[in-house]
Amino acid sequence: MPRRVSIGFVTILVVCVIWYAVTTGFGIIPSGRFPSPAETWSAFTHVSGRGYGGGDLTLHVYNSLRLVVLGFLFAIVTGVPLGLLMGWSRTAEALINPIFLIIRPIPPLAWIPLAILWLGLGDAAKMMVIWFSAFVPSVINTYAGVRNIDRPVIEAAYMLGIPKVRFVSEVLVPGASPMIFTGLRLSLQASWTTLVAAELVGAFYGIGRVLNVAQQDLYPGMILVGMIAVAILGWGTTRLLGVAESYALRWNTAALAARG
Amino acid sequence: MQKQIPFMQSLLLGLVGLGSFIGLWHGLAVSGLILDVFLPSPVEVYDRFTTLLDRRFAGATLPGHLFASFQRFAYGFVLAALIGIPLGLLMGWYQLLDEIVSPLFDALRFVAPIAWVPFAALWFGTGIGGPIMIIFAGAFPPCVINAYRGAKFVDPRLIEAANMLGTPSHRVIREVLLPSSVPSIISGLRVSAGLGWQSLVGAELIVASAGVGYMMVQGQANVSTTTVMAGMVAIGLVGLALDSALRLAERIIQRRRGLEN
Repeated sequence: MPRRVSIGFVTILVVCVIWYAVTTGFGIIPSGRFPSPAETWSAFTHVSGRGYGGGDLTLHVYNSLRLVVLGFLFAIVTGVPLGLLMGWSRTAEALINPIFLIIRPIPPLAWIPLAILWLGLGDAAKMMVIWFSAFVPSVINTYAGVRNIDRPVIEAAYMLGIPKVRFVSEVLVPGASPMIFTGLRLSLQASWTTLVAAELVGAFYGIGRVLNVAQQDLYPGMILVGMIAVAILGWGTTRLLGVAESYALRWNTAALAARG
Repeated sequence: MQKQIPFMQSLLLGLVGLGSFIGLWHGLAVSGLILDVFLPSPVEVYDRFTTLLDRRFAGATLPGHLFASFQRFAYGFVLAALIGIPLGLLMGWYQLLDEIVSPLFDALRFVAPIAWVPFAALWFGTGIGGPIMIIFAGAFPPCVINAYRGAKFVDPRLIEAANMLGTPSHRVIREVLLPSSVPSIISGLRVSAGLGWQSLVGAELIVASAGVGYMMVQGQANVSTTTVMAGMVAIGLVGLALDSALRLAERIIQRRRGLEN
């Protein structure tokens, strides 16, 4: 859609011009409220060169990214199998579902104070809340995915006397995979939100730490740099997951066509 | 998939599951394997919850904190709906607006709502304005997206029929486009209430001087795990009530439309 792309490009350009005009040009918005492009750039060189809030930009990005990736992977490894089990076994569903029903309404962010009480301000507490926030969507969507598999497929596999291991790897997982990936995308988004919140509450390194220190220093340029960094990281990891998804689902032409 | 199991059996299993979860929690707390400070038993959490109902902690009783939180939530949520739904509908109806706003919206969507906290504090302070802005940041995108979908995916035959019958365009909007996007809008509101409530909790953990989130942070600072857990229970209950209310609204509207499945 070239028309869409060109209009989008023009919009972004116009917004940048307006940004420059209201900050530097006419000074309508004072720099104590919102930074000008030049101030943002200088904040960027500040944090990537000399460092800010305990380290340089690479260190903060590395710490945040590492926590999200680890927490997210850990949630996949624990959540997807549990979702498969709950989707597959009615007994497991009846046993575990009520526990989920009472834990689910508590937003992941509400676990942050408890995580800090239990594990302190270090990486472990953040891993715990990220794991928790990413775990629930992975379980629920995997579970729904298994429930959505066509019954005839399952019955055909049974009729042909499929061994248990092959049933899981060739029927259950592939059948549920479109929904599993929907869950993973939600999990990834939740991981970033939780990480930023947890780092804002208390951390030694990370993008949230940069935001927190910048807020206390009343340093709008640095706040904007932190927000842009969060957005880029969130966008990049979502894109990576999208690539993994289209690779994993390349056999499933229907699901790919539906995605467009 | 296994066969359905009888209702009584599944109820029984559910009780066993819940019972063993709470039992394990209680057992671990009472056994002393984990210090009571870190893992209070369910009974202690319940006691704390009832105590907080009429005793002040961090400046207010639990209902007082809940009221402060809910008030902020209501402002932010209503603001998000008032701005987000019309914007989404207009984007769905007018292609040019869609093409102009979408790139900006997509770029902003990747900023986690919580990352707005520093600017919210800078612009609106930490009293009521700042948290409202965070709730807005969390609740706004689902309102826009669902209103947009509702407006975009109207059955084209309905619009064609209306046009063929010579309906003026303001009546097409009011009598065809708007009604057919209502179900999608309501689902969007439900999603946005959930995200808004969650953002509020986050905002209160970081910047606030009242509210359940603030109470929990104070509880954490005083190593009062029971207070933290009682706060989690309260947040969960209010979130559940909100979700149920909107779910009910969703179902009523779907039933009136005959869309129930």
